[in-house]
Amino acid sequence: MSSITYLEAIREAQYEALRDNPEVFLYGQDIGTFGGAFKATKNLGREFPGRVFDAPISEDAMIGMAVGAAVEGARPIVEMQFADFSSVGFNQIVNQAATLYWRTNTPCPVTIRLPSGGTAGSGPFHSQSMESIYAHYPGLVILTPATVEDAYWMLLDSVKLDDPVIYCEHKFLYYHLKADGFGQRMPIGKARIARPGRDATIVTYSAMLHESLRAAEELRLDGYEVEVVDLRSVKPMDTDTILASVARTGRLLVVGESFPWGGATAEVIARVSSEAFHLLDAPPLRLNSKDTPIPYHPNLWKAHRPTTASISAELRKLLRY
Amino acid sequence: MTLSDKIVTSMPSQGFEDLRHDFLKALRCMILSRTLEDKLGSLYRAGGRIVGGVYLGRGQEAFSAAAGIHLRWGRDIYGPLIRDQAGRIAFGEPVLDAMRTYLGVSTGPMRGRDGNIHRGRPQVGYMAMISHLGSLLAVVGGALFARRLRGTLGDSVGATSIGDGGTSTGAFHEGLNFAAVEKLPLVVSVANNQFAYSTPTHRQYACEDLVDRARGYGVGGHQVDGTDLLACVQVFRTAFQRARAGEGPQMVVGRLLRLGGHGEHDDASYVPDLQKHSHEGRDCLVVAQGQAVDLGWATPQELRQWEKEARKEVDQALAQVSKEPVPDPYRESWQALSTTALMEGQER
Repeated sequence: MSSITYLEAIREAQYEALRDNPEVFLYGQDIGTFGGAFKATKNLGREFPGRVFDAPISEDAMIGMAVGAAVEGARPIVEMQFADFSSVGFNQIVNQAATLYWRTNTPCPVTIRLPSGGTAGSGPFHSQSMESIYAHYPGLVILTPATVEDAYWMLLDSVKLDDPVIYCEHKFLYYHLKADGFGQRMPIGKARIARPGRDATIVTYSAMLHESLRAAEELRLDGYEVEVVDLRSVKPMDTDTILASVARTGRLLVVGESFPWGGATAEVIARVSSEAFHLLDAPPLRLNSKDTPIPYHPNLWKAHRPTTASISAELRKLLRY
Repeated sequence: MTLSDKIVTSMPSQGFEDLRHDFLKALRCMILSRTLEDKLGSLYRAGGRIVGGVYLGRGQEAFSAAAGIHLRWGRDIYGPLIRDQAGRIAFGEPVLDAMRTYLGVSTGPMRGRDGNIHRGRPQVGYMAMISHLGSLLAVVGGALFARRLRGTLGDSVGATSIGDGGTSTGAFHEGLNFAAVEKLPLVVSVANNQFAYSTPTHRQYACEDLVDRARGYGVGGHQVDGTDLLACVQVFRTAFQRARAGEGPQMVVGRLLRLGGHGEHDDASYVPDLQKHSHEGRDCLVVAQGQAVDLGWATPQELRQWEKEARKEVDQALAQVSKEPVPDPYRESWQALSTTALMEGQER
């Protein structure tokens, strides 16, 4: 059986989006002939002449351009070379794209792909996870696919949505994560029980799903059944599924790769604490990266981000309470 | 004494006949713009009616209107900025849109969600500026780009505006460079009004003249006396012709003086008297009315009639908008996404 990677799923979804809708075009640095820094647009420029454009190194203008095109009815997919560089386009994302519909009743169907998260040796400026920053702003949909299936379906869904989408694709999953096919589409806004359990709940998303699943497997050897919830989209956040899981287990650990101050993991804790305090048998815990820039050397990087080992340790703390 | 009685100009009385139509169209827009803005200023100072600030284009009407008259509502794309009331009118924006947005009523294009100069109707190619300067260039460019991609560009053109201060932003640079790379039919008006809020130009840029930058970007560069409507009409005609002819972006730098504060809250006490009495401190509307009379294109009686008609239009708009409903927080949808199914519960 042939297998497909997370990265190939992203490429395939863009292929189909271009094939199925003439209003779709791709815009990003080095994505034309070169096929993108990660090859997520490999050959697409050749297969769809005049639809895949190299952009100047101007993240602000790239997003602004996409908003203008969307106003005219186009459905651009913009590739940020690294999520980190979207900070240069931040203003256009949060003030131009995110406010357009609310201010002017004009839909803004822009998909912004953010190659996100850490990989060994990438350092402070090629490793960031930006989902929490963008989730803070009204008017944006924040997707954080953790599986090949979601990478594919959620990107196709992004292009169809009439709202700006921040599509956070994790670089760590690009080549290593494989599936036999694209499976079933799940709607955006619904979390998924990635592993059922009864003793504790891990709520997580993106690459941390896989570290969390491994940690849950480790705990199984000690006789614990840990439930793992994949948020899939950070915004909208499926609070109902989270609460239902906590109702089953009474214990909650939230894991995210982004920086620890505030953010998506804190949002989960806040919602559960205020809406389901009575369901908790232990104080809810949160595990993020350390509160420093992301380090370069693999020894430091592995200690900076949550890993199977650190998640397991937190789980044990949670279960001991 | 009306404005039109005061000015004497040295304009020659022949050789401009082909500009007559454009000139008079722009002049009438200027008169309506000044009348509307005088009313908005009064409402602001009287207090109570206008909640936020009032930002006027006094002194920049000639430069703004001369660009706006080249734009066709529903066909071209316009991203005006803070001091473009005259250009907005020339483009075809009804006075009601301005009045409704300033008063924040729910019948206006912004429905009380945004105010004053942050208004537009993007669905018809009329972009609604955000406060972050320079960010409109790429948006207007992107709209043109999409049309070209679809094959519907035709002879449509885009225009946007900026001031001397806005040219210092990264967004301005990125946007103009992008438009130049794509060779888009875009006209960028740079109103060098000598002050960015209170900061004088020598703290803003170090080049001799902002038009020098055009060469660096690979775009057409044009200079004009922004207080001189006849010159503005002529220069913008050339700039728009070149943009429509496929010569890529055109940058028009107008030298003028902002005749007032940044907003009506600002007394502009930092503007030296010497500058107020300099050539660039001339009132472009007075100059234009003088030109119209000198060229025999309008009589003082006609000018007074146009002023009267403008006052009537503005008064009617105010009377109408005053009766219109203000937004109701209980009926507001509080929905930032167009996809209702993806909105999280508001009560949370």
